Amino acid sequence: MDQLALDVAHLFAGGLVLVSFMLLYQDRMSGLLNIFALHALVVSFSVAWQAYIQHAPHLYITAAIALVVKAVVIPLALHRIIVRLGIHRTIEPVVGIGLTMLAGIGLVALSIMVMLPITAEAGTLAREDLAFALSVILLGLLMMISRRNAVSQVIGFMSIENGLILAATGAKGMPLVVEISVAFSILIALIVIGIFLFRIRERFDSVDIHLLHEHRGEQP
Amino acid sequence: MSPFVGEAGAFVVGAILTIPALGAAVLALLPDDRTSGRINVLATFLTFGCALALLVERPSPGAFLIVDDLNIVFIVLSTFVGFTTSVFSGSYIAHELETGRLTPAYLRFYHAMYQMLMFGMNLALLSNNVGLMWVAVELATLTTVLMVGIYRTPAALEAAWKYFLLGSVGIALALFGTILVYLAARSVVGEGLDAMAWSVLVEHAPDFDPALLNLSFVFLLLGYGTKVGLVPMHAWLPDAHAEGPTPISAVLSGLLLNVALFAVLRFKTIMSANPAALAPGPLMVSLGLLSVLFASFMLYRRSDIKRLFAYSSIEHMGIITFAFGMGGPLANFAGLLHMTLHSLTKSAIFFCVGHIAQVKGTQQMSEIRGLTVSHPVLGWGLALGVVAIAGLPPMGIFMSEFLIVTSTFAREPLLAVVLGLSLLVALGALLLRLNGLAFGDPHGSSAPSKASFLPVYAHLGLVFGAGIWLPPAIVAWFQHVATLLN
Repeated sequence: MDQLALDVAHLFAGGLVLVSFMLLYQDRMSGLLNIFALHALVVSFSVAWQAYIQHAPHLYITAAIALVVKAVVIPLALHRIIVRLGIHRTIEPVVGIGLTMLAGIGLVALSIMVMLPITAEAGTLAREDLAFALSVILLGLLMMISRRNAVSQVIGFMSIENGLILAATGAKGMPLVVEISVAFSILIALIVIGIFLFRIRERFDSVDIHLLHEHRGEQP
Repeated sequence: MSPFVGEAGAFVVGAILTIPALGAAVLALLPDDRTSGRINVLATFLTFGCALALLVERPSPGAFLIVDDLNIVFIVLSTFVGFTTSVFSGSYIAHELETGRLTPAYLRFYHAMYQMLMFGMNLALLSNNVGLMWVAVELATLTTVLMVGIYRTPAALEAAWKYFLLGSVGIALALFGTILVYLAARSVVGEGLDAMAWSVLVEHAPDFDPALLNLSFVFLLLGYGTKVGLVPMHAWLPDAHAEGPTPISAVLSGLLLNVALFAVLRFKTIMSANPAALAPGPLMVSLGLLSVLFASFMLYRRSDIKRLFAYSSIEHMGIITFAFGMGGPLANFAGLLHMTLHSLTKSAIFFCVGHIAQVKGTQQMSEIRGLTVSHPVLGWGLALGVVAIAGLPPMGIFMSEFLIVTSTFAREPLLAVVLGLSLLVALGALLLRLNGLAFGDPHGSSAPSKASFLPVYAHLGLVFGAGIWLPPAIVAWFQHVATLLN
């Protein structure tokens, strides 16, 4: 595998980490959705590049799913939902943006320190890709816990999923990647349908831990 | 390798998967609610029959499916409880339909999802491929999410949403762990399906890179551990149990938690096969002990009857994880036995609780009193179930808990003290609640219950029988599996 192919793969993977950071500091819902579309776009390029350099045509399917479903359909659907539900206002983070970004930098450092030493045998391509993928996953988790709004949590979850797809395609020759990405797309479609059909509308802002206590049946 | 290699065993394995899948399709299309309940029972019964047939003849492992000594225990247990729960579900759902809590359209959905859940669990248990197992666990999770939210009350939707988010994060972590296992295997086994097949992974595990395996196990334990309901990833479990239909609570507690634990056990086997890798035991022991300790104290604060038993499930999954974490033939044997008996007892309790909640029209324990007077069969069923789950003799759980505590005393006395104390704390909480629920003056509605008591007493009878006398064949079988797990 020549150096250029590796460099381009790393460029996409590193770009994904960067876009994950951009997700962290969005303070408007529509901005968040647009950045997520970018996130999905980068992951789909990355998968397509892996398909090309690994000569694995089935990965193009995964790339196409990422492009169509996650970069176009889901952001559009969520746009409609937030406009219709009237929640395209400012996002309320649980902790300040600055603190979240610092925590994010810490997580990226952590994942690089964890992954690079132990993946020496896994080959150069998988090595950096895995470190980047773990960073994206941890940043997604950070986003899920640092936001109160259900839509932001869903976006956080979808960015975790993009990180997983990055890891799975980076692991050269891994079987079932397409099947897994399809399974994930079903999962995500269900979340979006869940928001829309099941109408968690009234408690849309309240799908956070504080208000869930109300339904635990714990009151005297 | 072909998907599975020839003979009658392969046909049976195929049937275990296709019956629920076909059942789901038929039930989704069938409008009549009377027959659909019966078809549901019939499908689960046939699946159970096929699972029993596996005891006689099993196929050789293929690239995707495998039947070995470990998963056959889980499959027989899972299909049996699936069958009895479908019998209970028939009478439970008929009542829900009468009171209008569920409409016929939702009922159709419910039955189809029930079969889908059985399919997902059977596939997860039978799969010989770590990726396929992951997809199957995800499928089972999704169907239960949909069922938990089926009443569409705000509380049910929130419970489903919480379960969904926590379950998805858990399953995402498990996938990352799975990818790492593949990477560890790839450099030894080579690319492709073989590097994800159980039979191949276990065989080659000693040569895997220990650092990669260590990291993967942390992700897998946290990921699948979320689905097992281990503290501190347990937050979804009480809500999901309390707000969904009771048959689903029974299946969740009795079966789905086991399936997730099964996944952890599979990966634990790989870890222990590699001498250079981290010992998986201490991690499982600490998570298990933490769950037991936490859940036993939380039992005191419950006011909702289904939540009470959901916390009791967390406690018992903790005990089982603890036992498997301790390892060794005796602790593994006790863990397997405890898992089997817990599934039977907890589902029997949920059968009773479901009917009680229907008769009384509430799940608040303060409004349920004197059940043994107003509903003797139901009340005594619950009392027996609680006595069993609290670990009192002569029920079988006493024996498995006794084995776990004593075998721990011999090796780690300090841990045994903590475990024993937590068990006593839980016993106190359960008996305290039972006293209020079952005895005293009856309170609230005393309308007769049109319940089917057969599943309840069949389960409790088995648990009682296990406490008195375990057939030597089962002892030998479990002992064999216990040594395999080492």
